[in-house]
Amino acid sequence: MPLNNKEKGNLMNKTILKSDHFTFQYGNKVAIEDISLNINLKKITSIIGPSGCGKSTYLRSFNRMNELIGNVSHSGNIFFHNEDIYDSNIDVVDLRTKIGMVFQKPNPFPKSIKENILYGPKLHGEKNKSTLSDIVEYYLKKVYLWDEVKDKLNESAFSISGGQQQRLCIARALAVHPEVLLMDEPCSALDPIATLRIEDLMRELSSEVTIMIVTHNMQQAARISDFTAFFNTDESRIGRLIEFGLTKDIFTNPKKQDTTNYITGRFG
Amino acid sequence: MSTFRHKLIENSIYGLLYFCFALIILFLVIISFYIFKNSAGTLSLSFIFEYPRNGMTEGGIFPIIIGTCFVTIISAIFAIPIGISGAIYLNEYAKKSFFTNIIRLSIRNLAAVPSIVYGLFGLAIFVKTLNLGTCVLSAGLTLGLLTLPTIITASEEALKNVPAAYREGALALGLTKWQVLRTNVIPVAVPGIITGIILSISRALGETAPILFTGAAFYIPHLSLNVLDQFMALPYHLYIMSTQHHDISGVRGIAYSTAAILILITLILNIIASTIRYRYRNAFK
Repeated sequence: MPLNNKEKGNLMNKTILKSDHFTFQYGNKVAIEDISLNINLKKITSIIGPSGCGKSTYLRSFNRMNELIGNVSHSGNIFFHNEDIYDSNIDVVDLRTKIGMVFQKPNPFPKSIKENILYGPKLHGEKNKSTLSDIVEYYLKKVYLWDEVKDKLNESAFSISGGQQQRLCIARALAVHPEVLLMDEPCSALDPIATLRIEDLMRELSSEVTIMIVTHNMQQAARISDFTAFFNTDESRIGRLIEFGLTKDIFTNPKKQDTTNYITGRFG
Repeated sequence: MSTFRHKLIENSIYGLLYFCFALIILFLVIISFYIFKNSAGTLSLSFIFEYPRNGMTEGGIFPIIIGTCFVTIISAIFAIPIGISGAIYLNEYAKKSFFTNIIRLSIRNLAAVPSIVYGLFGLAIFVKTLNLGTCVLSAGLTLGLLTLPTIITASEEALKNVPAAYREGALALGLTKWQVLRTNVIPVAVPGIITGIILSISRALGETAPILFTGAAFYIPHLSLNVLDQFMALPYHLYIMSTQHHDISGVRGIAYSTAAILILITLILNIIASTIRYRYRNAFK
C-alpha cells in the first residue's frame, strides 16, 4: 500500500550523501553509468539488482575503496555533506573514518576480540586504558555481543561463530564513530538466524548512523530498508539505476517493468 | 575392470612418490651417518671450545665457529632491513608496470647467480673500490648481497599471502597505508619473512666462494672481534682441511668434525625458524 504524504515527509528528511551523474570504470570497462541518487540521513537505503549490475562498485565508490585496485576512473560527483569526496582536497583516510564499511565475508583481524574493537580507536590516538576498556564494552553491547564474549575478550576473534564475527566487525567499524555505514552483502555468508540478528541490529543502528546496504536478498531489502535502489545492466553490460524510491513503493508499486520482473523473481 | 585400472594407477603413483621420498631420506641419512661416523673421536665439547694447535693438526675450532657466526651476523644486519624494506616497497608501493616486473625478474635471477661471482663482486666493490680491505665487514656485506634476493623474494611472497580482507578492513577504518602495513599486514607476514631469512642465512653460512677473496683467512692465531680484521670461517676451514693442509690424511677427523659442526649449526638455525613460525602461526588462529 502506498504511503500517504505525511509518511513520505517523515522519511525524506535530510540528504547526507548525493551522487550526481556518477560513472565509474575499470580500465576501459564502464561498470556503472550516470547514477544520480540521494541518500537520506539516518535511514537505511538498500541497493538491489542482479549479479554484475555494479551494486558493490557503487557502494565502494562512497568510501573510495574502488581506487585500491588501480587503473580506475570516474566522472560525475559524489557529495558527502555537500563536499565532493573526489575533490583533491579530500583526505581519503579521513573520509573512510566518517564512512565506514562492513564486508561480505566477516573479516576479523588475526587479533583478540578486544583488539579488534580497539584497532581503530588505538590507531586514531586513544591511549587511556579505562577509556579503551569502556570502548570495548560499549560497542560490544551495542552489537549485542557483550554477553556472548565478555569472558573471552582476549581470545582470538576467529574463535567465535561467523554471525558473531560479523557483529564484531560492525562493532569495530562503529568504534571509529562513522556517520555512514556501507554494508556489502553483510549477511550473505551467514545462516538465517545470524542474518536476522544483524538485521535487527541494523534497524537499531539506523537511529544513529546512515546505512547503505547492498543485498542479494530481496526480502531483506524489503524488511529493513526505508529506501531501495534497483540496479540493472543494459545490453552493453553497464550497470544503471533503474528505479529508486521508498522501499514500500518499490516493492508494492514499482514504476518500471524491469523492477517488477526482478522483484517477482522473473530474472536475477 | 575400470576399478582395477583406477587402483593400479593410484597404487603406482603412490609407490613412485613414496620411492622418491624414501630416496631423499636415504641420502640424508647416509650423508649424516658418514660425516658423524668419521668425526667420531675428534668431535667433542673441547673440539668446539678449543683453539687449533700445532699447525691446525690438533685442538678445536672455537675461533672458526665464532668467525662464521660473526660474519653471518654482519651479513644479517645488512641484508635483513634492506631486504624486507625492498620487499615491502615492491609489493605494497611500486606500481604494477613492465619496469617493476623486470626488476622483480632480475631479483629472482640474482638468487641463481653463482656464489663465486658474488665473491668477485665483493672483492671489486668492498675490498678494492670502497677500500675496506679483506675483512669481516667486506665478507659480511658480500654474503649479505648473496642473501638479499632470497630474503626479498620470500618476504614479497609472504606479504602477497596476507589476505586482502585484512588490508581492506583496516583501510576502511580510516587508517593510513603505513598504519595498516605496520599493524595488520607485516605482522601477519612475519612467519613467512622469518622463514625466508633463516633459509637464506643458513645457505650463506655454508658459502665459501664469497668470503674467499673478501676476508676469510687460512689461519689466525688469535680471535678478533674487530670488523676490519680477517677471520676464519667453517666452510673455508673445511676446504683447507680437506684439500690445502700439509697433512690432509692426518687431519681427516678435524675436517669431518668441522663439517658436522656446520651441519649442526644449520640444523639449529632451521629448528629456530620452525619454532618462530609455529609460534606466530598459532598466535591467533
